[in-house]
Amino acid sequence: MDGLLILPSLLPELALAICGMALLVIGVLSKANVFALVSYVAVALFAAVGVLVFLAPTCEIYGGLFVTTDFTRFADVLVLVGAGAALVLSLDYNVREDIARFEFPVLVVFAVLGMFFMISAGDLMTLYLGFELQSLAMYICAAIARDSLRSTEAGLKYFVLGALASGLLVYGISLVYGFAGTTDFVDLAKTLSGTPGYGTVIGIVFVLVGLAFKISAAPFHMWTPDVYEGAPTPVTALFGTAPKVAAMALLISVMLGPFGHVVGQWQALIEILSVISMCLGCLAAIGQKNIKRLMAYSSIGHMGYALIGLAAGTVAGVQGTLIYLSIYIVMSLGVFACIIAMRRKGIAIETIADLAGLSTQRPGFAAALAVLMWAMAGIPPLSGFFGKLYVFSAAVSAGLTPLAVIGVLTTVVAAFYYLRVIKVMYFDAGTPDFDKSAIGVRLVMTVAALATALFVFMPGPVVAAAADAAKALMG
Amino acid sequence: MVVPLSHFLVVAGLLLVMGVFGIFMNRKNIIIIMMSIELILLAANLNFVAFSGALHDMVGQVFTMFVLTVAAAEAAIGLAIVVIYSRNRGSIEVEDVTLMKG
Repeated sequence: MDGLLILPSLLPELALAICGMALLVIGVLSKANVFALVSYVAVALFAAVGVLVFLAPTCEIYGGLFVTTDFTRFADVLVLVGAGAALVLSLDYNVREDIARFEFPVLVVFAVLGMFFMISAGDLMTLYLGFELQSLAMYICAAIARDSLRSTEAGLKYFVLGALASGLLVYGISLVYGFAGTTDFVDLAKTLSGTPGYGTVIGIVFVLVGLAFKISAAPFHMWTPDVYEGAPTPVTALFGTAPKVAAMALLISVMLGPFGHVVGQWQALIEILSVISMCLGCLAAIGQKNIKRLMAYSSIGHMGYALIGLAAGTVAGVQGTLIYLSIYIVMSLGVFACIIAMRRKGIAIETIADLAGLSTQRPGFAAALAVLMWAMAGIPPLSGFFGKLYVFSAAVSAGLTPLAVIGVLTTVVAAFYYLRVIKVMYFDAGTPDFDKSAIGVRLVMTVAALATALFVFMPGPVVAAAADAAKALMG
Repeated sequence: MVVPLSHFLVVAGLLLVMGVFGIFMNRKNIIIIMMSIELILLAANLNFVAFSGALHDMVGQVFTMFVLTVAAAEAAIGLAIVVIYSRNRGSIEVEDVTLMKG
């Protein structure tokens, strides 16, 4: 029975792997620059894989090494949205910045493959390999502008801290394996149903630290501002979306799956990570002048809010985190599209002050960015408010009221720097004189702003899908 | 004479601590950071092999093979990034990696 299901349920991953290798061969063998062609094919591939994810049956294959459920489907789709939109944003940007190399879309395809394995991992071994495939591809993406000092420095920092994180993760896995005697998630859940030994707990903490690095939860966030600032903007858009979703989904499925019985050992740690991330995200962003750095601190804060749902550890909490993540990636893709559109006389500009006077010159652009910033701040009736509503209500019903209170307070502080961007656009005098941006950038910007503004009228599908996903995970 | 499991774990723990300190205390050279990362991975490998022997279970040794492969790929990518960085910066001293701050 197992053998019959292997091929159909691996279809999305097989499609990604085979097409990724085919694109690599095409890129290497062709004489002309095939960046645009490879990018279009990769975007089409992501759309096709999005359909395949739903066609593939939900089951466990390879003796539980690889698992597909409604939860993994939900996270897979979010990853595809993030990576696909980042590729669309890169189409024009990479050409203008003279980094139109076909390797970039190929690397994104392999990174997405790694994320799919992270999300669907049913064993610590699959988890580690997916995690590494994703990380190795992303290290290169950060340094893709190899003639730029900023990009290579970002790549170097991301590599050193990412490799440290994966080293700590695999050390933690070795301890869990040694003291629990297995790496399979189902067997681990059985073994850890009693009181766990010290060795296992230390292992779990190391695994948690490794994953916290990836979602850039404070105090493991030090790479985030530098890498966000230094990497080319479409790569930053990718960093801010797809890997965050994959790592958060992995964190949820590991912590509530195999380590679900020892919730008392790690719940306090998640709460601490969440509180530090929320506070650091809102306080450190206040002084930032570079909008990409601002987004880096903002993403640290948002990961803090998303962790609240995991800290609750209930079906409602997981549902809240998933809703939060889906809303967050749409908002941040929109903001990064706006950042990519900030270009004067062919040179990309990144300071917030450069946005002054945008509302008179480009009212549509200013309105889109204003909507996205309001949503980031969590002001109703925009989508960002509902994400926060779901995680906070899950926290309150799980008895974590202090966490929700800190969340609301930090939201108020964070509103200051989001609203400052709007103030600069609408009330400061200036002439941004931005170049006309490409159709893909405007498309992502418009769709993200509309989705953010109109979410209130159609929250049903996302909320229902997140509820199904959470139920599939928690059983 | 059989070496007890605890000895392996202590050595692996020491390797891990050396690796982590090598990354954070080192102010000189990025290549030393790469060596420290390898030390951390080797600490994990030593754990896997020791546990595999103690548990009479092959999973740990299979895992070690995967970790070794990943470590090789990671070293290749890391060195490539160091090469392009040094080409742009003209130096691989850790103290010079300070273009972006804050």
